[in-house]
Order: sequence, then structure tokens, then C-alpha cells
Amino acid sequence: MTAADVTSVSEIDELRSQKTFIEKSADMFRKQPLGAVGFFVVLAMIIMAIFANYLAPYDPTLNDFAAMLIAPGADYWLGTDQFGRDIMSRLIYGARTALFVGFAASFVGATCGLVLGVMSAYFGGTFDLIFQRIMDVFMSFPLIIMALAIVSIFGPSTQNVIIAITIPFIPRCARVVRSNALAIREIPYVDAARALGFGHARIILRHMAPNVMAPFLIMLTSFVGQAILTEASLSYLGLGVQEPTPAWGLMLQGGAEEYIESEPWIAIFPGVAISLAVFGFNLFGDSVRDVLDPRLRTQ
Amino acid sequence: MTELLKIQGLKTQFFTSAGTVKAVDGVTYDVEEGETVAVVGESGCGKSVTALSIMRLVAEPAGRVVDGNILFQGNDLLQLSEEEMRKIRGNNIAMVFQEPMTSLNPVLSIGLQLTETVQMHLGVDDAAARARAVELLGLVGMSDAERRLDQYPHHLSGGMRQRVMIAIALSCEPKLIIADEPTTALDVTIQAQILELMKNLTRDLGVAMIIITHNLGVVARYADRVNVMYAGKIIESGTAEDIYHNPKHPYTLALLKSVPRLDQPRGAKLDPVEGQPPDLARLDEGCSFRPRCRYATDACAASFPPTELIDGIHYSACFHKDKLDSPMKEAS
Repeated sequence: MTAADVTSVSEIDELRSQKTFIEKSADMFRKQPLGAVGFFVVLAMIIMAIFANYLAPYDPTLNDFAAMLIAPGADYWLGTDQFGRDIMSRLIYGARTALFVGFAASFVGATCGLVLGVMSAYFGGTFDLIFQRIMDVFMSFPLIIMALAIVSIFGPSTQNVIIAITIPFIPRCARVVRSNALAIREIPYVDAARALGFGHARIILRHMAPNVMAPFLIMLTSFVGQAILTEASLSYLGLGVQEPTPAWGLMLQGGAEEYIESEPWIAIFPGVAISLAVFGFNLFGDSVRDVLDPRLRTQ
Repeated sequence: MTELLKIQGLKTQFFTSAGTVKAVDGVTYDVEEGETVAVVGESGCGKSVTALSIMRLVAEPAGRVVDGNILFQGNDLLQLSEEEMRKIRGNNIAMVFQEPMTSLNPVLSIGLQLTETVQMHLGVDDAAARARAVELLGLVGMSDAERRLDQYPHHLSGGMRQRVMIAIALSCEPKLIIADEPTTALDVTIQAQILELMKNLTRDLGVAMIIITHNLGVVARYADRVNVMYAGKIIESGTAEDIYHNPKHPYTLALLKSVPRLDQPRGAKLDPVEGQPPDLARLDEGCSFRPRCRYATDACAASFPPTELIDGIHYSACFHKDKLDSPMKEAS
């Protein structure tokens, strides 16, 4: 606690902040090589989604009966399907659907779960007991069954797919967040916050929620992958995004099954896109946790 | 001096599967404006629960204040609504906790934690709150306050964090600070610094303080008045001088003898208080210190000794208070 120590600490702080952004990113990639791979997959998807209009060589919904079932080649890099639509263009536009559904469902689901989970831990007692039993009921359905049930009630559309994926995410996130928040609840700073006269909402949102960011972010990023997969499954079953919207799950349906032996590229490329996206988000999620949690951050 | 806080017959109980735990059992004491009152006792004797009862922060539904009054500036805190109580906490009565390492939120900056309280209770704007935060950090003796505001708790040492906690406690100019073992987690030299700081600040700002501790050394130096607690009851109270030089309860005497003293020969063995504190769920009619007391007689088992005045403000609850040896004689 001497003056000399303090100065040196602040100096180190300054030195650290003088590192350029590129140096910092390079550091991060060295420490998290897998995370970097995930990051680039995610980044590629985001770029594809945003600049789909410029990147896609053809209109993804245009039927060209002169160019049906063409194998991958110079004109159509990834081939065409049975209606002559360019697979690559459809994959690029499909990234838009996948990301939109993935981000919307996981963000809303995880955030609701975060607030409810922290609330449950903070109030405890009877509220916690009843709330957790309700969550148990939701949890007892597998993700895809629950989503299927919801879509069949509301009817298939992009918006309903998002709702259908969001609802089963809430208890999953709430459960994990609650178990972390229970530990946080016992740390004196929560009592200290109450002793300073803060209200329940402020303690839950401002004091406790940021402390469970680590599990929340892991859940969030793994949810994006799961949501993309679930959306693809629902679309494949005909209960998700509807034609002619380009969506990866939809691309596996119909012609893909029919032509799987003779024209395998119709099924292979969307399948690869789905796997890669889920893989990328999961890798990225793990490193986001390591980097963002101040308790794990290297000093 | 006028009376700031008056606790009358406070009873706080915890209802557990093992029975009703009488953590605080009829505690009565008061605090005058600007005064420092110490509450001393072993772990688990109800010191902290008394403090939490004042703040109305006893963990419900297991724990509940079942009887008594807590008058703060004439208003009974136990009758206030939660909303009204929230305006008192941090604003009129502030608390400094035992663990400086964990009583600051690790993900919020020091500045945010300091300004948040000020903004909420005093309703000032960002700039004014920040200026106040800088002023407060200066007040608790932290250099380079501007930069500190952007730092996080993990940048600071234990002593520094406790200084920040004190700054937060002082931020809304409370009338009373409850310090629950503020120095237990700190090393000895830092303890002295922090206590000295709290003493000076409370004197300069005219803030009353309840200091909860098990360290009699702290009491002697910093407290105007001392309450010794055992098994949920105050068994002796008086000025620091009364307690030190003329203890009238065997427990106080035993506590004093268990503290190392500079005027004893080096290598002299400490005399610990024999036995364990009683199970607060299973107290009987008699004196709760009886099983550990060398003066105990049959009378002690029959009923709890009444609290009797000795002289001035010195009270003791013991049938055998006149038979006690002076601690000075024992030491020599």
C-alpha cells in the first residue's frame, strides 16, 4: 500500500492500455487459437448475412430451368438444385435467416432466463421453489419436441420459429444462472447493497446479473448454435421458415433427399454450412467466456 | 447530547428444524449522537444479528424480530414499511461489513459503487456525484482519487477496499454507522490505520458508530461505551474504563484474561475461556454462562441474574459480581 507500489501499478495500467488493438487481438488469438477459428467462422457468417446482396452471384429465389442440377463448376461454384437455383447464393442468403433466428431466439431466451434465474436465487424460499418446478415442467420436454409443439400451435412462420426456440431456452438458461446466482447471493456485497438501501430490481439487474455474465455468455453463444440447428430441423420438417425464403434447413428438404445419390452437392453444402456454423459458435462461446470474465482475466 | 438510537428489549429468533434459535434475547442499549458504542462478544453471541436487526436485514423467513423496539430519532424502525426503510439504509444508517475483499462488487468500478448511493439517496446529477466521490476518497486518505474511480476492486488491497467501504458508508452523511467487525480480515498494522481513520472521521463529522468486535483492544482505544454480549444477552455494560479496570461479570473477566498483554512476562500462557458457547436453541432459565463459569452456584441455574446498576452507567447481570477478582491482581 505504499506510494511506490501504487505508482508502479498505475504505470503498468498505462502500458497495458498503450498496446494497439491489433497487438491485443494477436495476443488473444495466441492464447485462444480455437476461439479465433470460431471467431472467423462467426465473422464470415455475419459478413455473408450483411453483404448477401453483393456476395451472392445469383438471385437465390430465381428458378432457372436451363440450369437445373448442374454439378459444382466454374459457373455455379457449388452447383444448382432441381429448380436451377444457385446453391451458393442460397447458402449466402440462408446465413441471414440462420443468424436472424439464431441471435433473436438465443438473445431473448437467454436474457429472460438470466433475469428469471437471478430473481429466483435472490428471492429464494417459496418463490424459488414454485418457479423452479415450473421450469422443471418446461425442461422435461426435449428442445425440438417443445419447439415443434409451439410451432404447431402458432403455425409455421419465421417469427413463430423464433418464439418456439426462445421458450425452451428460458428454463435452460434460468437453471444455470440460478445455480451461479445462489452462490453470488451469499457474498457480502449483495447484503452490502441491501444495507445501502437499493431496491430489489436494482440489486438483481445491476449488482447480481453482471456477476453471472460468464455462465450467461456461454449459454448465449451455445444457444446461437443450438437455435441455428433447431431452426434448420424445424425448416427441414416443414414447420419452420417457409419457401421460398432461403434457409439451410429448407435446402436439405425436398429435392435434396430425392437427388442425394445422383446430385449429392444439393444436400452436402447446406449440411456443411449448418455444422460449421454450430461448431464456430460453440468454439467462439468458450473463448468469449475466458476473455470477458474479469475473474479469469489475466492480470 | 441527544439520543439517536434506542434499542429496547430486542428479540430476534431463527426458526430452524433444530428448534428456535434465540440469537438476540432481550437486548437493550442506546447510542447518543456522535458517540462510539462497542458491542463485544464471542462468535455466535448475537452481535451481528443485533446489527442486522437494526437494518432490518435479518434473513427472512427463517429469522424474525419477534419483540422489542428500535427507535431511531424517535421512530420505530420495526414499524416502517420496506420502502421507508430503504430510504433510511445507506442514507441515515450505513453499514461497514467485515470482509472488505467481498463486500465490494467485483464487476463494478469503484466510482460507480460510490456514486450510485449518492445519486439514489441525494438525487444529484452525474457530475456532482463524481465530485462527491472524489471528495470522499480524499477523506478516507486515498491518493489519486480521480484515477481510483475507474479502477475495480481487484486493483485494490484489503485496507484500500475497506477505505472505499468507509467512503461509501459516509457518502450520504449518515447519522449512524454500524461497523460489523470492520478490521477482522485485515492485518494488524492496517487494522490500526483503519480504526484510527474511522475514529477521526466519526469525530470530525459527528457521526455515531456502533462497532461490533471481539477484540477488546479495539474497544479500549476507540469506544466511549461498551456492551458485552453473551448468548444473545448483554451481560455487562459500562464505559471502556469500567469494563477494563473493574469488570463485574465473570465472562468479561475471562475475556480480558484471554487477551495477550504487554505487561505480562514474555512466553506467559494465555488463559482461554474454557468450554464452548452454548447452543442458542437450547437455553434454559438460568444464567447461560454458568457451565463455563468458575463462580457458578445453584442460584445461577434457578433464574437468569437481573441486570443491576453498579455505579454511573456500569451495569452487570451476575449474582456473584462482588466476588470477582480484579484483573490487575490476577495479572501480577
